Amino acid sequence: MDMITVEVPSVLSSALEGQRSLQVPLPAEGTVRALLEVLGAQYPVFARRVRDERGEIRRYVNIFVGPENIRDLSGLDSQLYPGRTVLIMQSVAGG
Amino acid sequence: MDNDPRTIMAIGTKKGLWLAESADRESWTLNGPHFLNIEVASVAIDTREGRTRILAGINDWHWGPAVVHSDDEGATWSETEHGAIKFPPDTDTALARIWHLRPDTAERPGVVWAGCEPISVFRSTDSGENFELNRGLWNHPHRSEWGAGFGGAAVHSIVPNIQDPNIIHAAMSTGGVYRSSDGGTSWEPRNKGISANFFPDPYPEFGQCVHHITADAQDPTRLYAQNHGGVYRTDDAGDQWISIADGLPADFGFVFLAHPRTGGTVWTIPLTSDEHRIPVNGRLSLYRSTDAGVSWSEQHHGLPDVDYNVVLRDAAALDEHPGAVGVYFGTRGGEVFASNDEGDHFVTVAARLPDVLSVRAAQVVG
Repeated sequence: MDMITVEVPSVLSSALEGQRSLQVPLPAEGTVRALLEVLGAQYPVFARRVRDERGEIRRYVNIFVGPENIRDLSGLDSQLYPGRTVLIMQSVAGG
Repeated sequence: MDNDPRTIMAIGTKKGLWLAESADRESWTLNGPHFLNIEVASVAIDTREGRTRILAGINDWHWGPAVVHSDDEGATWSETEHGAIKFPPDTDTALARIWHLRPDTAERPGVVWAGCEPISVFRSTDSGENFELNRGLWNHPHRSEWGAGFGGAAVHSIVPNIQDPNIIHAAMSTGGVYRSSDGGTSWEPRNKGISANFFPDPYPEFGQCVHHITADAQDPTRLYAQNHGGVYRTDDAGDQWISIADGLPADFGFVFLAHPRTGGTVWTIPLTSDEHRIPVNGRLSLYRSTDAGVSWSEQHHGLPDVDYNVVLRDAAALDEHPGAVGVYFGTRGGEVFASNDEGDHFVTVAARLPDVLSVRAAQVVG
């Protein structure tokens, strides 16, 4: 089975049962959106942290597929490939 | 812990929540921060149903807003897995901030109200674990004309009627006061007499920047409003408002408190105009009226002679002590003050916290 690695900062790990790195089967649709749906079904709090109730990625959350921010790709429709790492991070914000 | 009554205080700040505790409301211990670096715009202490539940409306700049609660005075916190407050899909709207959490009366256990940004009212019937959007206000035909105050566009005050559950008042910035007489199905503007001096017509039907409203303890048709310029009272549930600013050193401010048992006893914290937004002459004082705003007297004992920090609308509260009611407030300078004698003297509970956004206090046993 093709797998994707998902990595999150420590602050988000509490919403993933303490995990900072997960191996997730590559969804059939092969998109970031599908990956977040799979993860969100299992971890609803994680889903709310990353996306609002409209399904939009929160303003100060960045998602990288490999080295690329998905906002520079196709957003939630950005494609995933076997073996890729998806990194979810908070952006620089606050004061 | 013993069985003597204690007073606990929840202090929401721009960067976390602190809890304070006192046996005499004079000497306080502080613990925190909870939710470090997360904004806590609203707090509530719900002592109904034989337990003490602290509710907090938190907002993580990265990971979004949520309502959390603790039934063990902050030792542990819980949140509803799928989110306590969320806009339904058909609204295509996302919750931005929880501005106000308000447990209903003791006769309506489990009912908790939330005023939110964007402008909305939510209601819970399970003590704040799940809320439902009030569709009557959300679908109101005035919505497109409501504006945003400096802090955002939100319902910041919800006042359920203590006698009739069908009557609810809500206030928003900007939009003004709205009243429902049918349990929230429909809402009508109730701003007659309240100034909106930032419009060509200073007395429009709606659009006022009302900063806070609250109800009198004994007469539910009597409400008070601290406006963006103006302090008002209504004696007919909002049909007509009259100025009660005479005797105050300024009519701008955010805070308005009404005694939980004694009708006509109220407090406000005047600020100099909307241009400066500081305590009048830099002197931090409350003003108390015992005649429903006909006359006012300053309360300053124990407060700083020089303080240029604002007290925000939900950053002040009263307790329901059976003797002298306690008065509590925090400033944007991070100081928190408490009075155990209805404001006659204050002690400092905390200093140099982040900006204080929300304060609530209550007596608990155990």
